[in-house]
Amino acid sequence: MKDVILEYVRNEYLEDGDDREVNFDTAIISGGIVDSFSMVSLKVFLETKYNIQIPDAKATPEAFDSVNNIVALLKEFGIE
Amino acid sequence: MKSEKTPFMKPYEEELKSFSFDISKNELGYKDGDIINIGEYCTDRICRMGKGDKLALIWEGFSGEEKRYTFNDMRQLTNSIAKFLRDDLGIKPGERVCMFLDKVPELYFGFLGVLKMGAIVQPLFSAFGPESLLTRLQDATTSAIFTQKKHLPKVRNILKDLPSLKHIIVVDDDGSKPLKENEVAFNMDKAERVDSFDVFPSTAETPSVLHYTSGTTGKPKGAQHVHYSIISQYITAKYVLDIHDDDIYWCTADPGWVTGTSYGIIGAWSNGATQCVLDAGFKADTWYKFVEKNKITVWYSAPTAIRALMKEGTDAVKKFDLSSLRHLASVGEPLNAEAVIWSQEAFGMMFHDTFWQTETGCIVVSNYPGMKIKPGSMGKPFPGIEVTVVDLKTSEPITKKGVVGMIAIKPGWPSMIRTYWNNEVTYKSKFQNNWYLCGDRASIDEDGYFWFVGRDDDVINTGGHLVGPFEIESALLEHPAVAESAAIGKPDPINMEVVKAFISLKPGFEQTKMLELEIMNFVRKKLSALAMPQEIEFVDSLPKTRSGKIMRRVLKAKEWGEEIGDTSTLENDM
Repeated sequence: MKDVILEYVRNEYLEDGDDREVNFDTAIISGGIVDSFSMVSLKVFLETKYNIQIPDAKATPEAFDSVNNIVALLKEFGIE
Repeated sequence: MKSEKTPFMKPYEEELKSFSFDISKNELGYKDGDIINIGEYCTDRICRMGKGDKLALIWEGFSGEEKRYTFNDMRQLTNSIAKFLRDDLGIKPGERVCMFLDKVPELYFGFLGVLKMGAIVQPLFSAFGPESLLTRLQDATTSAIFTQKKHLPKVRNILKDLPSLKHIIVVDDDGSKPLKENEVAFNMDKAERVDSFDVFPSTAETPSVLHYTSGTTGKPKGAQHVHYSIISQYITAKYVLDIHDDDIYWCTADPGWVTGTSYGIIGAWSNGATQCVLDAGFKADTWYKFVEKNKITVWYSAPTAIRALMKEGTDAVKKFDLSSLRHLASVGEPLNAEAVIWSQEAFGMMFHDTFWQTETGCIVVSNYPGMKIKPGSMGKPFPGIEVTVVDLKTSEPITKKGVVGMIAIKPGWPSMIRTYWNNEVTYKSKFQNNWYLCGDRASIDEDGYFWFVGRDDDVINTGGHLVGPFEIESALLEHPAVAESAAIGKPDPINMEVVKAFISLKPGFEQTKMLELEIMNFVRKKLSALAMPQEIEFVDSLPKTRSGKIMRRVLKAKEWGEEIGDTSTLENDM
């Protein structure tokens, strides 16, 4: 799951040729890779991929700030 | 203990009687007919005042790296950029030079460097996708563009459609990948410092800045400003933002938009202020830490950010020492009363809402230091600028209190837009009955305070940025599954509005969550994240007039729970 999310972030939010390193701990929201508007599309991706509904209250910049944070959030929904 | 200062602006009623823009001219040392160059006024002039060693910019990147520049550094580096453009690249005065950069120091100094050599600076939001970028560069027939490695692919992708674009200047090239034809590396920090440069002798009406803004129909429009705009920007930064010599100022706006240039560059530095820039995504803790670390005293931000901070609560504020703050202001969209009241509770002072737009170039209605704030109100007109509300049909000023009309400004303030680039017809259409019509509706109460009601058109105000529905709908129609589309603003507790799209699909396509995601990402990559629909509703057909025009107002009224109004021209029921 971790790798799938990381791959999605790299493919969707980095331009071709943008060689910034993104790993499981990279700050993707506060680091400016995914902005607050784009976060919605990341949320829709997670909901679609894992067939869950993430309430807006849980979809905070902190919860989405790294792949590891997202994985921790998904665990709350029983996704391992 | 908050630092107390006597505001520069006298009590409002008193200031109204005595103010004229001559005050600004005198303080700036400008006389009618003089040479006036924004680049020079913000750098060399400040150094001549003996502030060369004063910090002009404290910059922090997303990973915590920091750079500091004095006014003398800035004077020399803006000279280096100006000389590079003029002598190495052969850019001529009046040509358009685009800044397509994140909030890095090169953006700020490049902006002033372009102005110093007489070209027109065209700032564009670095999150724009290739299509948004292309539209704006084509319209302006831009000659050169400053960008970063990470944005270079977007420029390369559209280059074949930009015959006028001769130079692509990469500010962070490290030599790891070869640059292509027309691409040139410029490392500002390593560039030769130029101590003396013959600044272009621009005069009051010489074009300076070209900011693109969205409308309901057609392509984005280039609002053209002139060097004389600094007369407004200097004095409004001083009086409204109350920037004193020892203040540390933070304007959170991106210079891809007008606030980031009028008050994130021109207003701040023409006052000789030390300003901070944080080039990082939004996170409450990061922002508060930045205020604490730099002892920021004056903070100019946006309602979207304030509401996002509010969501984190006052406990998040208490973790930091924010006692340096003494004046807060906000711009971009109306600041709701709850946010104003919350800021009093969280920071011990209220955010002062300010109103203006790309076309006005400076703050035109505001809450002022020392003036009583009515939470939720826009405040009162800036002295020296005549603002009223006019009847929507006759454009006659409305004298009755509390009646909603269109916000209108008497032309003639220094930073007023001079035209839309290549679009004089639309420019002229903004003036009726000798008033400039803002496109926003408001009422005025018995005390003279303005109260914002909403836009008078279909333009979407999301997170303080205007997005045109036409641009979004055009992008949507390029997706192979989309038959028809309409984009409207949907209410949002943080961003005031977000984009919602209504889509009917072509035969053979099925509405699925995955298709919705695909369409969202399609628009995001083409235009920008701001323009990406945050919600997509699939419909069988869209409401249209008998002549086939999609009636966005019907969709919007349903979304906002408002009366749909006259539907006599409606062709079909939804």
